[in-house]
Amino acid sequence: MNDLVSIVIVSHSMDIAKGTADMVRQMVGSEVKVAFCGGDPDGGLGTNVGRIMDAINDAWSSKGVAILVDLGGAETNSEMAVEMLEPERRQRVVVCNAPIVEGAVMAATEAAGGSSLEQVKAVAEELSAG
Amino acid sequence: MTLQPDTFKSLVKDAAEQVIASAPELTALDQAIGDGDHGSNMKRGFQAVLGKLDTIGAQPLDEALKTIGKTLVMTVGGASGPLYGSFFLAAGEALSQKELPEDLAEVFGSGVNAVSARGRSQAGEKTMLDVLVPVLEILKAEAGRSDLIERVRATASEAVARTAPMQATKGRASFLGSRSIGHIDPGAKSSCVLLHAVCSTLEARQ
Repeated sequence: MNDLVSIVIVSHSMDIAKGTADMVRQMVGSEVKVAFCGGDPDGGLGTNVGRIMDAINDAWSSKGVAILVDLGGAETNSEMAVEMLEPERRQRVVVCNAPIVEGAVMAATEAAGGSSLEQVKAVAEELSAG
Repeated sequence: MTLQPDTFKSLVKDAAEQVIASAPELTALDQAIGDGDHGSNMKRGFQAVLGKLDTIGAQPLDEALKTIGKTLVMTVGGASGPLYGSFFLAAGEALSQKELPEDLAEVFGSGVNAVSARGRSQAGEKTMLDVLVPVLEILKAEAGRSDLIERVRATASEAVARTAPMQATKGRASFLGSRSIGHIDPGAKSSCVLLHAVCSTLEARQ
């Protein structure tokens, strides 16, 4: 059982992804599941569809998963990863249009309160609206 | 233009080798207006495709295209992975209901539509679509012509050159605004490399 939305962080850099996850855990606590990935399949800067899928499945919550990304390829690869999930999971994963660090902290804070996936996404994306 | 399984296998091999050989040029173009990883990403993806060449060669064409697509999605590591991957996945899906060569434009068009949807982009935005869309138009308008291969080759070359004066509004190059003007788009170039490789292999087999 897990009744909180989970967070997945996808950066081109494993260091940024891990650092962002560390900040979320310190600022929000560990009740919200956070998974992260970064780097291309050879370990250079980039993103990797297979690892993004693994991160989503590792963090899986029946309430959904919110993904925070850094730059273009991370978003495109995350959208691809979502489409390659099992059909029943695809509808419960969203990619948030928000800055990665602030978005992850805001999304996790909102998730910790028991909010829906749609609310979590909306709160993270308020950061991009201004 | 008929497509026997051994022809398809050599098409894939030649196209992959051409992309790998062009990696330094693709990277140089991407260093000018992107993040400089297009060559190495495409090289990694097409090396993985070469690694599956025997599997690909033994599959029906529609399944083979999907294997290529899935391999690129999983190995490229940049946005070009899902973009090229979606092209081949959608083309394979379309081909399962169609016949070559009669439906070539339709199959190719399914791939082009998938790229457009994946990138939320249209022709004119300085991307690979600026090569794929004009080539699709030629495939539609001139299907069955004896010089179709030569027309595709020339169209792709001209289309790459036309990306230079465009201003990028999609992808990393869009961060540069007007400074993207004057540079050829690396994704348009890699599409051209692939198309030229296919043209050369088909000509050699005619």
